[in-house]
Amino acid sequence: MTAQNTQQLPIVIVGHVDHGKSSLIGRLLYDTQSLPANKQKEIEAISSKRGMDMEWSFVLDSFQAERDQAITIDTTQIWFKTPKRSYVIIDAPGHREFLKNMISGAAQAEAAILVLDAKEGIKEQTKRHAYLLHLLGLKQVIVAINKMDLVKNDEARFNELSKDVSEYLASLNIFPTAIIPISARQGDNIANSAEKSMPWYKGHTIVQKLDTLTASAALIEKPARFPVQDVYRFDERRIIVGHLDSGRIKIGDKLTFSPVNETATVTTIESWPAKAEQTEVEAGQSIAITLDQPIFVERGHIGSHAEDAPMLSNVFRMHLFWLSDKPLKVGNVYKIRLATQEALATVQAIEKTIDTDDLKSSEMGDVVRNGVAEIVFRTRDMLALDPFSDNPSTGRCVIYDGFDVAGGGIVSMEGYADQRMAYVQRPKNIYTVEHLIPHEERAQRNGHKGAVFWFTGLSGAGKSTVAMNVERYLFDKGYNTYVLDGDNVRHGLNKDLGFSPEDRKENIRRVAAVSGLQADAGLITITAFISPYREDRESARALTPDHFHEIFIKADLATCENRDPKNLYKKARAGDIKEFTGISSPYEEPDNPDLVVDTQKHDLQTCIQQVADYIESHVKIADIKTKKISNS
Amino acid sequence: MNKSIEEHLRRLEAESIYILREAYANIDPLVMLWSIGKDSTTLLYLVKKAFLGRVPFPLVHLDTDMEMDEVYAFRDWIAKEWDFDLTIEHCPPESEMDPTLPPASRAAARKTQGLKNLIQDGKYEGVFLGIRRDEQSMRAKERVFSPRDNNGEWNFKDQPAEFWGQYKTDFPEGTHIRIHPLLHWTELDIWRYTQLENIPYVPLYLARDGKRYRSLGEKNITFPVDSNADTLEAIIAELEETRDPERAGRAMDNETEDAFERLRASGYM
Repeated sequence: MTAQNTQQLPIVIVGHVDHGKSSLIGRLLYDTQSLPANKQKEIEAISSKRGMDMEWSFVLDSFQAERDQAITIDTTQIWFKTPKRSYVIIDAPGHREFLKNMISGAAQAEAAILVLDAKEGIKEQTKRHAYLLHLLGLKQVIVAINKMDLVKNDEARFNELSKDVSEYLASLNIFPTAIIPISARQGDNIANSAEKSMPWYKGHTIVQKLDTLTASAALIEKPARFPVQDVYRFDERRIIVGHLDSGRIKIGDKLTFSPVNETATVTTIESWPAKAEQTEVEAGQSIAITLDQPIFVERGHIGSHAEDAPMLSNVFRMHLFWLSDKPLKVGNVYKIRLATQEALATVQAIEKTIDTDDLKSSEMGDVVRNGVAEIVFRTRDMLALDPFSDNPSTGRCVIYDGFDVAGGGIVSMEGYADQRMAYVQRPKNIYTVEHLIPHEERAQRNGHKGAVFWFTGLSGAGKSTVAMNVERYLFDKGYNTYVLDGDNVRHGLNKDLGFSPEDRKENIRRVAAVSGLQADAGLITITAFISPYREDRESARALTPDHFHEIFIKADLATCENRDPKNLYKKARAGDIKEFTGISSPYEEPDNPDLVVDTQKHDLQTCIQQVADYIESHVKIADIKTKKISNS
Repeated sequence: MNKSIEEHLRRLEAESIYILREAYANIDPLVMLWSIGKDSTTLLYLVKKAFLGRVPFPLVHLDTDMEMDEVYAFRDWIAKEWDFDLTIEHCPPESEMDPTLPPASRAAARKTQGLKNLIQDGKYEGVFLGIRRDEQSMRAKERVFSPRDNNGEWNFKDQPAEFWGQYKTDFPEGTHIRIHPLLHWTELDIWRYTQLENIPYVPLYLARDGKRYRSLGEKNITFPVDSNADTLEAIIAELEETRDPERAGRAMDNETEDAFERLRASGYM
C-alpha cells in the first residue's frame, strides 16, 4: 500500500555521492522560502563556527554524526511549497553502504530528480540509482546537471552529458522529463532562472518543471484488490478490514477471496463515527466490511471481484534488489510478504545477476548486498498475485531474512501460467465406475504391470530418441509398451494448443491423463515431453502416484543447442520462435527424479540400456516372484 | 475546506489506519501513549476509527506531575466523554536523572525513564506514539516501525529498510517496536484534520493576550509563542504562513546543538 495524494507530490533526489543532492535540497528550500526561520540562523551559525562557507547541505544533515562525517546517513523527509502545490522531498543518501535508505525513500516517491556532477559525469552510483528507479517503477525523472559553475557554465559540456545520460536512461526504459543545467551553490536554475550565467539555456527551472509533473494515475480504475489485514469480532459480527489498494467495492458486490476462492456478497460498509450510509469505497481507503456468508477469510487473503481475480501461483519470477549482508543463494528459504500474504519461499533459480555498471547480465552466482538480480521463487502454498505491470500492490514483495528486511522486488509472471483453473476446478459431481478386472489380473495376463515413465528434459536432450529405442527394445522382449511423444500428440489430441504457459500446462495435463489411462490398461507408457514445469509433472504424478517414474534426460543448454536436431534453437535465438524452453521460457529441473540419464556423458546405447533396465525392474509382478520363492 | 485538501487528509487518515491495523495484527501486547496534546489526541481519534469506536489496547498517560492545569482538566474530561480506560503512570523524579544533561533535557529524561519502566513492567512489544517527521529534524529520520534495543535505545545509524507498506514486525525477545502512525503528517495536517473531524483539543493552543502554545510540554520548560490565533481557523491561517518552527517554545530541544539527538537516542519519544 502506498499513500497517494493530490496535494503533495513526494519526490526523491538521487545520484552519486558528492554530486550535490543535499545541496540541491537546501537550495530548493531556501529559494522557495520554505526554510524555517531558525533553521537558517542555526545553519549559518554552525557553518561559521566550523570555518566553512555556507553549506546548503547542512539543512538536511542535521545529525551531529553526519556533520562530522559529511555524508548523509538516512532518509530524511522535508517539505517545501511552490505557488502551485507542496512537495515532500525524500532525500536519498548516495553513499554505497546506505542503499536500503535510498530504497526506503524512493519507494514512496512519484517522481525523481537524478543529480549529476557536470565535472564528473555518470558514476557508479548514478547508474545504480537509475536502475533502481526503473525497478521501483518510477517513470517521471528530471535530470539535474549540477555544479555547472565548475565547468564555466559550458553549453558544450552540458550537451555532451545530456547525450550520455539520455542514452543510459533509455537503456532502462526511462525517458527523462527534462535535463536541466543547474548550480546548487549559485542558485542557478533551481527556483530562479540563470539568464546571466547560462543565457544559452531556455528551458524550465527545476521548480517550474516540478510543477508540471502529475501524481500517478489513480489505481481506482484497475481491478479491485483488497488485501485482508484482519478480521475483527468485537461483537457478534465479523468485520473484515484492510486497505483497498485498487478498484472500487460496492454494497451488493460479490467478492472472491484468493487463494481460498471463497465468495460472498458485501452486506455493509462499516465506519466510526457512524456516517450516513456509505454504499461504495474506492482505492486508497482503509475499509471495513461485512459479508452475507460466514466464509473462511483471514489475514493474507486478497479480495477481488470474481471476474477480475488475481493470478494464483506458487512459482514466480522476481526482479529484486538485495540489501542484506548475507548473500541470496539458490536453495535458501526466506519469509516473504506480498500485500498481506506471508509465505516461505525457496530460491529455485538465480537466472541473472545484473551489474548496474554496464547493465550486462551474468548468469548464476549469488546475489550479494546492493546487488540486483532476476530470480525464481517457489512457495509451498498458492499465492494470489499479479504481474507488477498489471497491479503494483499485489505485484511486489518484500523479503525477510531473520528479523530484517533483506530485499524486495517486483513480480513477473512471464513464462508461468495462472494456476487458478487447475487449482479451482475440482470436479464435484463425477463418480468413477469400478472396472470388473482388477489390476493384478491384467498384470498377470500381460506378464508385467502397467506404469508411466515420464521423461523430462530440454529440447535436444534426447528424450524422443531414447524413448523410441527403449520402446523397440522392450517390445522385442515381449512387453506391451507405447510411447507418447510431444510432436505426435500435438498433431492430434493437442492440435488446438500453442506454446503459451497456459497451453503448455494444458498440453501436459492431457498427456498426463492419457498416460494414466494407458498405464491403467496395463501398458508400459513412456512419455517424451519437455514438460518444463515442476508443478505439471507433480500433477501428472498425482494421477498415478504408485506407478509414476520421473526420468530426467539430462544435457545442458549449450549441448542441446549444439545438437539442435530440428534447428529450433537457431530459430528461437533469432526470435522466430517465442517462448522457447531454455531460451525465452523457463525449464525447471526435477528436484529428486527417480532416474537421471545423462546423455551428455554416455552414448545412446548406454542410455537405452539404463532406462530399459530401470523399467524392467519396476514392472515385474512382485507376487509371482514371491510365490516362486515360497515354492522352491 | 477545499476538496484537494480534504482528499489529502483522507489519504493520510487511510494510511494511519492501515499502520494501526498492521501493528494490531502483528504485535502483541501493545500500548499507546497519550500525551493529551493535539497529535496524540488525533492519534487516539484515529485508533477509534481503525477499530470502529474501540481502543483495543491500554492507553497510558506518562505523567510528570508537571503538566499545565488545563491539560489535566482536558484529560479527565475526554476520558469521561469518550469513555475509555486510562492508566496514569507517574514518572520517576528529576533527581534520578543523568546529571550531565542540561536542565530542561533532564526534565524530559524523566519521561524516557517513565516509558522504560512502563514497557518493562507491562512487557509491551509495541508502543504507539504520535510523533511526526516535520516536528524536528531528528524525528524526520524515523521509521514508522522503529525498533528499540533492550535499553530502549535507538540505533539511528542502522535502521531497517521500510517500503511498500511492509514493516518490521519481528524482533528479538527483550526488544520492542515504536510505532508511529502519524509520522507522515505535518502540524498543519493535524489542525486541518482536527477541524475536519471536529476533534477536541486543549484550549491552551488558542491565543490569549497575544500568546499561544504551539506545542505542549511540562510547565517549567514550555513557553507560549507570540500569536493572535484565537480560533482553529486562525491557527490554520497562521501555520499556512509561518516559518517559525513548532517546537521553538520547547526549551529541551534548543539547549545544545545535539541535545535532542541525545535525548532521542537514549529512548525519548
